[in-house]
Amino acid sequence: MSLVFYLIAALVVAGGLAAMMLKNTVHCALAVTVAFAGLALLFLNLDAQFAGFAQILVYIGAVAILVVFAILLTKGSETPKDGVFSQTWLTGLAVASAVFAVLGWAVLQTAPMLPRATATPVVSVQQIGQALIGQYVLPLEIIAVLLTAALIGAVIVAIHEKEGAN
Amino acid sequence: MTPLAAYLLVAALLFAIGLAGALTRRNAILVLIGIELMLNAANLNLIAFWRYGPHPEALTGMMFAIFSIAVAAAEAAVGLGLVIQIHRHAKTTDLDQMNRMKG
Amino acid sequence: MFEFLDQIFVILRHWLVSFLPAAWQQPAGVVMSVAVIVVLFPALFALTTVFERKGLARIQNRFGPNRTGPFGFFQPVADGIKSLTKEDIVPSSADAAVHFLAPVVLVVAVYMGFAVLPMGRNMVLVDMDAGLLFYFAMGASTELAVFMAGWSSRNKYSLLGAMRAVAQMISYEVVLLLSSVTVVMISGSLSLSKIVEAQNHYTWGLPHWYIFTPWGLAGFVMYAIAATAETNRSPFDLPEGESELVAGYHTEYSGFKFALFFLGEYLAMFSISGLGTTLFLGGWSAPFSWLGWVPSWIWFFSKLMMSIFVFIWMRGTLPRLRQDQLMNFAWKFVLPMCLLNLLVAALWRFLGDGWVKWAVCSGILIVAYVGMGLLEMRRGHIGPRSYRYAE
Repeated sequence: MSLVFYLIAALVVAGGLAAMMLKNTVHCALAVTVAFAGLALLFLNLDAQFAGFAQILVYIGAVAILVVFAILLTKGSETPKDGVFSQTWLTGLAVASAVFAVLGWAVLQTAPMLPRATATPVVSVQQIGQALIGQYVLPLEIIAVLLTAALIGAVIVAIHEKEGAN
Repeated sequence: MTPLAAYLLVAALLFAIGLAGALTRRNAILVLIGIELMLNAANLNLIAFWRYGPHPEALTGMMFAIFSIAVAAAEAAVGLGLVIQIHRHAKTTDLDQMNRMKG
Repeated sequence: MFEFLDQIFVILRHWLVSFLPAAWQQPAGVVMSVAVIVVLFPALFALTTVFERKGLARIQNRFGPNRTGPFGFFQPVADGIKSLTKEDIVPSSADAAVHFLAPVVLVVAVYMGFAVLPMGRNMVLVDMDAGLLFYFAMGASTELAVFMAGWSSRNKYSLLGAMRAVAQMISYEVVLLLSSVTVVMISGSLSLSKIVEAQNHYTWGLPHWYIFTPWGLAGFVMYAIAATAETNRSPFDLPEGESELVAGYHTEYSGFKFALFFLGEYLAMFSISGLGTTLFLGGWSAPFSWLGWVPSWIWFFSKLMMSIFVFIWMRGTLPRLRQDQLMNFAWKFVLPMCLLNLLVAALWRFLGDGWVKWAVCSGILIVAYVGMGLLEMRRGHIGPRSYRYAE
């Protein structure tokens, strides 16, 4: 495995760890943005250029900013008096470690049976476009409906109620 | 270790970190961040299998990952809207204090 | 001979790189091109600051800086020395790491956008299949840097400025994307070099630039509006409004970091003008077929500087928009127009050649603009213009 992969993987894991362990919420949001950027680099390493750029555009350009705005609107940047970790943190950590143990064991057990490195697939954006309109047109339309529903839903959920409604 | 196994391990590690964060942090927004990390780990898995699988020209893995990114963005938006509304009602985002069904 | 001039930089790079061993040639070529970009655009930035100050001054009926050097043209040198030697003050309650990283992230993200702009024939740094998508991905990263700057200063005014700036940038990013999608639809590719090549044809001596089509003109106008809003230029510069929020999200920055913000803003202006010329104004292609002997990079940079001149002109002439007016404008006027433009571009593609498509597309767009304009004016109770002259 190349040095580039190890560096990017280290960046992603470090970003994820920092996101889950830091005290200041805004720092956590910025750390998870670093993790998203590292993941986009991993996608580029896997020759999935469209997915990599879409990851940057959607996650860093939209989701990270959403998260940061939500933190600011809910006064999340003040440290709570009881500490940042829940009272049941040990159980949570145990469950997560168990999940990682099972997944890691499954991967390492089947590692010899996994496919070896293949030739680089050349994927043009035109092929992706043809696939979206051809074979995947139903998921495309459903995603359109889903995004519209999410848009309307988010506005309705977060809207200020008028004074008379209370 | 094959390249595919390395990517799968990184994805599994990221998933576990996201899960640990979602289960142990108090702030509701950080739980949502953990969920986003888990979704990203799944996307990494999809793209890795697409790249090293038998038929990369069928674009199945990449399409799945792109749709997953879109759905994750929509879910983050609605989830954060909910968190903001809960904060308006309960004046806190501390999940340990939201242990009653009565509003 | 003119073809030699046209490709002179490519030939120069090739010749310089041939002195190195074969394995080092490709990386060295890339490093050389990157070095040129890293040096050239800040030099253009220095020139633009002088033009801006003198241009604004002339619009406002005064001279600009005219002490340093002939007609004030050494002013950027003086400004540079001042910025570099000023004390770098960081507020004690500021978040040191984020405060330091914000200008760095901004400048890096803005520089990345230059990698896909075709500055001449065969003169793209990286000819990517999804070049336009890469450009917008880098543009999205700048918003986060703006927020980081505003939040880390622990200053209410900075934070307010940052939130306003991010809200504005997100709204107009949608407009920018939608007006570029029409170009992608018609030219059939996300690669910027292919988009320029699709515009490099001539009919009766006139070029096939997209701005000369009805949907292209409408798209260009909306792109220009969105570009001014994305780079926080007047009339959309409320986030950095000098009379409103002290200096917005870069209030607490001094010295070199402030110079980096300034550099980042102007580089973003260059980059987005470059993209605009590539998408709508034909990139490096000449305006008339008999002018094709002029090197392509001269056309690209002249179009770029003309766009910058229009930016400066708008700054000197138009009053600032209020935040809610700005957001209303984006979501309620420009975005529906963009969607209509998409429909019109699709009609253009399928109505065949001839005068029918011109008539139908222009007709739809004119009716829509005039109709919506009249509707907005009636709603805002705006009557005919009245003048009041000074006594």
